Order: sequence, then structure tokens, then C-alpha cells
Amino acid sequence: MYAYYFQLGLRSLRRNPMLTALMVMAIGFGVAASMTTYSVFRATARNPIPQKSSQLFIPQIDNWGPEDTEDGEPPVALTYKDAVALWRAHKAPRQTTIYPVAAAIVPDDASRLPMREDAYAVTGDFFPMFEVPFVYGRGWTAEEDEKHASVVVISRAVNDKVFNGADSTGKQINIDDHLYRIVGVTEDWNPSPRFYDLPNTGGFDDAAGLYMPFSRAIDLQKLTNGNNNCNSDPGDGWDNYIRSECVWIGLWVELPTKADATAYRQYLDGYTAEQKSAGRFRWANNTRLRNVTEWLDSQHVVPAESQISLLVSLGFLAICLVNTIGLLLAKFMKRAPEIGVRRALGASRKEIYLQFLLEAATVGLAGGVLGLALTGLGVLGVGLIFEPQIAELAHLDIELVLLTLLVAVGATILAAFYPTWRAAQVQPAWQLKSN
Amino acid sequence: MNQLAPIIATLRRHKVAAFLIGMEIALACAVLCNACFMVVSRIQAMQVHSGVDESSLAVVTLTGFDPAQASDLNARILDGLRRIPGVQSASVVNAVPFGQPAGNAGISLDPDGKHRAAVPHFYVGSPGAMEALGVKLVEGRRFSADDFHPMNSFVPDSPASVVVTRTLADHLWPDGKSLGKMFYVDRLSFRVIGVVEHLSRPTAGEEGPQSFDWSVLAAGTPGAKFAGSYLLRADPAQLSRVLREAKEAVATVAPDAVLDEENSQSISDLRTAYFRQDKAMAGMLVGIIVGMLMVTALGIVGLASFWVQQRRRQIGIRRAIGATRGDILRYFQTENFLIVSGGIAVGMVLAFFLNVMLMQRYEMPRMPFFYLPVGALALWSLGQLSVLAPALRAAATPPVVAMRSS
Repeated sequence: MYAYYFQLGLRSLRRNPMLTALMVMAIGFGVAASMTTYSVFRATARNPIPQKSSQLFIPQIDNWGPEDTEDGEPPVALTYKDAVALWRAHKAPRQTTIYPVAAAIVPDDASRLPMREDAYAVTGDFFPMFEVPFVYGRGWTAEEDEKHASVVVISRAVNDKVFNGADSTGKQINIDDHLYRIVGVTEDWNPSPRFYDLPNTGGFDDAAGLYMPFSRAIDLQKLTNGNNNCNSDPGDGWDNYIRSECVWIGLWVELPTKADATAYRQYLDGYTAEQKSAGRFRWANNTRLRNVTEWLDSQHVVPAESQISLLVSLGFLAICLVNTIGLLLAKFMKRAPEIGVRRALGASRKEIYLQFLLEAATVGLAGGVLGLALTGLGVLGVGLIFEPQIAELAHLDIELVLLTLLVAVGATILAAFYPTWRAAQVQPAWQLKSN
Repeated sequence: MNQLAPIIATLRRHKVAAFLIGMEIALACAVLCNACFMVVSRIQAMQVHSGVDESSLAVVTLTGFDPAQASDLNARILDGLRRIPGVQSASVVNAVPFGQPAGNAGISLDPDGKHRAAVPHFYVGSPGAMEALGVKLVEGRRFSADDFHPMNSFVPDSPASVVVTRTLADHLWPDGKSLGKMFYVDRLSFRVIGVVEHLSRPTAGEEGPQSFDWSVLAAGTPGAKFAGSYLLRADPAQLSRVLREAKEAVATVAPDAVLDEENSQSISDLRTAYFRQDKAMAGMLVGIIVGMLMVTALGIVGLASFWVQQRRRQIGIRRAIGATRGDILRYFQTENFLIVSGGIAVGMVLAFFLNVMLMQRYEMPRMPFFYLPVGALALWSLGQLSVLAPALRAAATPPVVAMRSS
């Protein structure tokens, strides 16, 4: 019976080609616009580390006071002294300081030009904390952090460029005229959004090529390659700089349970209270301890463009659906005599419902197929609107294909409820009489 | 007027269909007004005056060099760049419009820094940079040799001579007397010696659209803290060749530094890249607007045709008892006008609330009032145009239809 109704549906599509084409186009356009913008929204709004996002936290301390902060929100990074003090306190099982540095790899072959790579200065905990996958070797140890060791972890891309993909662990590499021993090679690892460094990337950037020990980077007086914000002049020289109130370092802590997080929050407030009594802060305790999802939220990682275009295209879809309701109503009511005959011959209201809903689903499916083609085009065009780092995250995968068809069919059936109800209300006697 | 009564009576019998068209118009009105406003504000944002001769300027940026070698590097690069045929001027700058910002800092008008007055961007240029940029001086004087101070922080040593933009000067000193005035960033002090018409900052400011033009230009002597970005001026026709040769020259005279390709471009290319997203977003919104109007128009055509078909007999009767074709045509046009007007009334309210929501969530500015009547006018015309074909078909109904048995 379903197959028969489906066949009827297909036939009816052909009977009123004009109305049918209008509906299919409306649904196709509406669905394609929504799905294209949704593909971008999905890429930017995703959770980059779902298994641990509620256990990784980033502490913030208000070291500037209400004069220099906006809406009472503490700076997005820490000063050197705070980052190191919190790190040294070891109040979390795993923790890492982090800041971006620029590095140039100097090839052994003097005729080749140095290669610039984006790098991060981190501690050994960075790798297990963020579950960085390795091709060769491993991250460095806490001991190596303590010893300010000249070790480095490189990415697969750098390993391919410099060592042609061979296992390079144990080998030396020249970075900015200093030699480092390679301890590990990571897989192509680039979580998006880059939750662990939002202030400097906005969440989307090309993968980093190198990771070096924080203690070593500080020894070399490496400046941040990201944002450095000062509320007062730090004065001359490195020593003044790292003692200043300039913020440029991130700190991540892993707190496995709720109790750990509560304890850390207390510790953080205790630390600022201490600073306050030492005369450094002249304002009320103002700290934050956000987990990954809260942090992504607070830093507005999903671009406003993405949200607005999703909103506008959902509005467009709503218009298309209202339009479809009207057209389906016209299409179904045209067939009142036919319905009257069917009802008189013994079809129940339920059967009329079923037939017309299935017919609407056929229309929806046709619209979905058109929408899918248009979504494919739309996703290709995403690169025109969004930055390449975001655009490459938006693609037409099986999930999006199914969702497109589902939304098209679902929305059309939803739109068909009222017209179908009207069709089922047709009085057989009235139709038979008037003809 | 006596024609309205039967129309309203008919609409009462077709509440749902009329309501659906009205709803569609209402939603279209809300989206249309806001989307048009977004398109227009993006196009306006793209028109910003940088105040510099964009088509004659390019920037070359280097990284990865040893700060101890910076002074030597500056000399080598400037010499190398000036040797390129066609280069009119080469100088050291810390930033250029639409490039990477170098220093945004909060300034105050009192030495104690109690009251923050604005957060402008600080440009620093070596001798010749101001002339190369081509900024238009409207008050005061240009830099003289004594104004160039060495750099020990992100700006030249205090008290630094600076020129500011007209909009920034008007914001700081509304009485119009800005020449000779001082302002401060912490312990650093600045004296205004001139005012330029426009000089946009590299990236939009955070204090409203007018703050895009809040820039300070200071005079710095190249040195360890002032190196790596070089401004080139050449004839617009030769600029792309000059830039290409400049990149090659840099590789030979400074093999110890790494060229930052992304920040080594002509200012016009930087500008295009800066506004690329706005342009594409405006394009997408226009696409959605067109699609939406099309769908709405086709929807009206579809439903109106259905109505005409349904009422063929009644139309025939009206024609038979004396209604002219014009009467029938006007009937359907008036009916459409009534429905669309109802939709617009609701749509204006929706448009207003949508704008308020966008203002709260995305810091969009308030939509000027005139978008509402313009949107309404557009939808009225759309409605009349879409109903025209079905209405003409209705008017063509011969009176004899009334007499056929059916």
C-alpha cells in the first residue's frame, strides 16, 4: 500500500508540474541555504576534545583591576610570575604553561633558506593532557622540564620536510642557531577550534610545527609570538618584563573530578588574596576557572558571521515552508473531487492522511535532492566568506547529506499536516453532489 | 470603497490561505529589512578612507632576525630597496593600514593617567615615511629632523612629537585646539605637532565605527626595537614589479632574516584581503534576499492562481451581471494589497525585534527607521507584480462560464 501511495505521489508530482516545481525549488533553496551555513556553524561550534572538555581548566587572575579590564572580566592570559607561581604550586595532577613562539629551523644544508615554523613553548604535561598522538617517540619528562633541557617535539609535517619522514627521534635539529634533541614526532594534530590557545589564534590556525620546553624558551628570552598586553610600561630589559604586569602566558590544569575543580578554585582565590595582602592588588578577588566548553563560549569562538548567516538562512527556510504550506493546500484542495470519490468508495480518513503525507514526503525528497546539490555548491563557496582555516573544516560528509535529506523531508511533512488535515475533512457527499 | 466589503467577506472564508500569504510577507519583511541593513552597513564599512596613497604603497616584512643585528639589518635592507629601479622611497614603519597592528594603547590627557580618553593605534615611521604614506596634513606641521627619537619601547622616546587624525583630535579636544597639546600612556608622553585628515588604523577599533580612524603617527629612528617592516613607494603601474624585486633583494641582502609573505604585499591587496569576508558576506546576503523574494513571489503566484481557478464560476457570474474586466482585475489587486498590508504590519514589528536581538547578541547598530517603509514598498510592489498574471487570467474569464452547467 505504501508503495502504491508513493507511486500515486510520483504521478501527482507530474500532474501539476508548475506547482510541484515551485515547491521543490522552495524547499531546495531553503534547505541548501540552511545546510551550507550550518556546515560552517557545526565546524566552529564543535567540541575539540569531547572526552576531556570538562576536566581541562584555564585559570584567569585579575591582576589589572577594574580600571583596565572590561566588564570585570580578568585578562585572557597570565603574567609570567603568576603563571610560574601557579605551576610551581602543583595543585593539579597535570598542568602546562603555554605561549606561542616563532622559530626558524636552520637546515644543515647551508644553501637552503631557514624555514619559519609556528611553535609553542609548553611543559611535558602538555602532550598527555591534550592527548597528542605521536608517530615516533613521546613528549619530554617533568625532569627534562626541570633541567631546562634542549629537547623538542616536532610535527609530522616538519619531520617530512626535514627528515623525509624517517624516525628522527634522538637526532639534532638547529632552531634559531641552537641545537635541540628531537624526542618525539606528533601525528598531524590540529584540534579545531584550538581551545588551548584562543587568545592568539581566535580558534583557527594552521597546525603548529614545533613544541619546546617552556623553561628553555624562557632561558632564551624568547618573546611571545602572540599577544602581549600591558597596562603599564614594563620598563627596559627581560628581567623587568617578566616581573611586570604584562599578560602573555596561558596555564592549563587538568582536574579530573568536581571536587578537584572546587579545591583548585579555592586555591586560586587563596593565591589572589595573598597577593592582595602583599599589596599587589587593590581590588576584590576576581578569578575565573573555566573548562574547555565554557572557555570557547566566553571567547566567542563561533564567528558572528557564522551565527548571523545561520539565523538569516533559517528565516529563509521558514519562509520557504510557509510557502510550501500554501502551495500544498492549493494542490490538495484541487483534488477535492478525487478525495470525495475515494472516501465514498470506502477509504478511511486515516488512509487519506497517509496518502497525502506520503505525497508530501515525495515532494520533500525531491526538494532534498535539489537542496543536496545546492548545498554541495554552497559548501564549495564557503571559502569565499570564511577564513581558509575555517572553510576547510566545512565539508559535505555523510552526516550532512543525511541531515539535508532529513530536514527537507521532515520539514515538508510538517508543512503538509494542515493541508492534509483539510484534505481528510472533505465531505464525500458534498463533492459527489456538486458534480 | 464599496468594493472593500465583498473582498473582506471573501477573505473571511479563506482565512488560512490569506493568513499563510500574510505570514510569508511578514517573515520576508523582517528578514528583508535586516538583511538589507546588514548589506548596506558592510558596504559602508568597506568604503573607509585609509588616508594613504594605497595604490602606490607596499610593505615588506621580515622576521626571525637577531635583534642585536637589527640596526645593521635596517641599513642593509633600506639600501637594497632604494637600489631597485622605480622605488620612490623606502622607510621603516611599525605597521601599515590593513596590515598587522603594532601598538594599540590607552591614552589619557592627564599625566597621572586617571582618565582614559581613547585607545588609538600608534604608527611609527622613520624619516620619509609620512611623506611616502601621502597622508594629508590639515593643521600644524610635518616632522622635522629634531622630532625623530630613538625607540626604547613600542613608541619613540618621550616627549615624542606626533601627528594625530582629525577624528581623534576632535574626540580628545572638542574645542578644536589640539596643536601643542600633550597626552600620555603611562610614563610616556606625546606632543601633538600636526593633524592629518585621515589615517585609518590597521584593524577596526573597539570604540565604534569612527574609531577606525583613531591613529597617532610618531617619528622614530630605526634601531633594535624598530626594524623588520619596510614601506615602499613606487608608481602604481610599477608597484607589483617593484614588490617582486624587493622580495628578491631582501633574500640576497638579508639571508639571516625570514620573509613574512603574508605581510609583504601592496596596501591595496591588504585592503582587499581585509574586506574579503565583508564582501562575500554581503554577496551571500544579497543571494538570500533574491532567493527569498523569488520564493515569496512564486508562492503568491501559486496561491492566487489556485484562488482564481476556484472562483471561476463566481467571476463568471460577476461578469455576467455587469462587472467589467477592470473590476475583476482590481478586485484581485485590492485583495492582494490587503493581505500584503496585513503581513507588512506584522513584519515591521518582527523586523524591529529581530534588529533588537541582533543588536544585543552581535553588537549590530540600530537599524535606521527608513528601512521599514522601503521594505514595505518593495513588498507591496512584489505582491502587485506577482498577482498581476493570475488576476489578468481571472479578468479574461468569459461571462458564459456562469451559465455552463458544472
